[in-house]
Amino acid sequence: MNDWHNMDCVDREELAELREQKLLNTVKWAYQNSPFYREKFQNNSVTPEEVKELKNITRLPFTTKSDLRESYPFKLAAVPMEQIVRIHASSGTTGKPIVAGYTKNDLVEWSRLVARTCALAGVTSRDTAQVSFGYGLFTGGFGLHYGLEYLEATVVPFSSGNTERQLSLMKDFQTTVLVSTPSFALYMAEAAREMGLDPKKDYSLRLGLFGGEPCSENMRREIENQWGITATVNYGLTEVVGPGVSGECTCQEGMHLHEDSFIEEIIDPATGESLPEGESGELVLTPIFKEGFPVIRYRTGDITRIIPGNCRCGHTTRRMDYITGRTDDMIIVKGVNLFPSQVEEVLSGFKEVSPHYRLVLHRSDKGFVKDVEVQVELTPEGFTDSFQELEKLEQNIKNRIRSTISLAPRVKLMEPKSLERTTGKSRRIVEGEDL
Amino acid sequence: MVNQISVFLENKCGRLVNVCQTLGRENINIRALSIADTSDFGILRLIVDQPERALSVLKEEGFMAMETEVIAVEIPDSPGGLADVLHYLEEAEINIEYLYSFVEKPAKDALILMRLDDIEKAKKVMEEKGIPLIGGERIYSL
Repeated sequence: MNDWHNMDCVDREELAELREQKLLNTVKWAYQNSPFYREKFQNNSVTPEEVKELKNITRLPFTTKSDLRESYPFKLAAVPMEQIVRIHASSGTTGKPIVAGYTKNDLVEWSRLVARTCALAGVTSRDTAQVSFGYGLFTGGFGLHYGLEYLEATVVPFSSGNTERQLSLMKDFQTTVLVSTPSFALYMAEAAREMGLDPKKDYSLRLGLFGGEPCSENMRREIENQWGITATVNYGLTEVVGPGVSGECTCQEGMHLHEDSFIEEIIDPATGESLPEGESGELVLTPIFKEGFPVIRYRTGDITRIIPGNCRCGHTTRRMDYITGRTDDMIIVKGVNLFPSQVEEVLSGFKEVSPHYRLVLHRSDKGFVKDVEVQVELTPEGFTDSFQELEKLEQNIKNRIRSTISLAPRVKLMEPKSLERTTGKSRRIVEGEDL
Repeated sequence: MVNQISVFLENKCGRLVNVCQTLGRENINIRALSIADTSDFGILRLIVDQPERALSVLKEEGFMAMETEVIAVEIPDSPGGLADVLHYLEEAEINIEYLYSFVEKPAKDALILMRLDDIEKAKKVMEEKGIPLIGGERIYSL
């Protein structure tokens, strides 16, 4: 293995020592240099001296999304702004955006992390990679761009939009790696066929790196079948750095976490207590390399677990399981917790419907969700002239959902392409009155 | 045998108009139609003069459309006409998924279009009972 894999093959004892040392440094750094963290530690009556070893991390307060919003724009900074060389921000669809500032060193570290993520997925310097994430404040585009460049792959910085042009350049450049959201990869395959091209035969793609939104196992298989590629998923978020937190190797059995750069915890989202290894809960991350905008114990809101045991690939880093939900996406319908990803999982078991779906929430006068409608597009395979068959299909979907989440939503079959496609995160949940 | 075009329609404003406009623009004439619907979706079934073209233009316009085989029988346009046919099918244990009718001009006989679970068997029954089956070509050019 080349040196891109060294840090992911390190001896676990050495790794533990390194993690501890880097965590202690990070805690000290944040306390001494970031007014936001100094105040936060003081408000929680905790000092960096109390963190003597890795497990003491639980003595420190969590950082939440609203903490980060309140620190808008630069309260998190631990260096003078003149040392910040780049600023990214989350989209801020709900309130103020979350800002992340990077020093020159931060950018190098980040690029290395992304390069390692790409190497794990099988990208090499011989590949040509098209980045179809938006370039801009969003960390996806620039993050993958610099990581791939660091890996010395050939980068095509297409950014998002203009699907037809993306497809023709991808063909002409004999691009081998596609970097995008999973839903955009599916959309592109559809668009290629509409242009009279065969995604499998007319392209040189061999690998996909997908992120920016959750990707169910069935969605991944769909992308692999349509493009004839290996589809890997990776994970990251602007709040802790951007992409490059973890990513799959070609075994596709979980995402290797860059443990030398992040301390991971899984907590019960209701109580904040740590959960035993292997149990599913909210992921909490502490990046242990950042100078510019340090973040400690960030509650990601993502539901996952740490997969026990080692991966077959030989890398020694632990793996995160796929994100099965968001603590804030969770919809409570008549007292039942519903994650959109669960619905997606059920739908992808039916070949009669496409992976495009939408959940429409109907609320009572008091604002509670009293009913959910699942809208899903019929595929040509699913269409039959028989009314009974179509009604049976709706009923079967409904039953399958009921057996997984004890909820029987209304299921509505839609015409193909009637649901909105987006280049970024798909809008899967809409309020009934907005329609 | 008659080729019928079935189109899946979401129950939303303007979809039926779109189908008809598409066919009109392509100079395809509708001979008969029926719509079955729930509050969610509907299936539009059409007999047109150029079924193959209709299918391809509808697909091009993004409609989910398919061809289905139905049979057409000619019955006297008088009381009890349909009842006889239905009785023969019942005797032969052939299920009707749906049927619709239209009246020829000038209105001496009526045409019944039927989707059946066993078309071959039904043809034999109609033959035995002397009920004329109408082929696609005649229907398209009515």
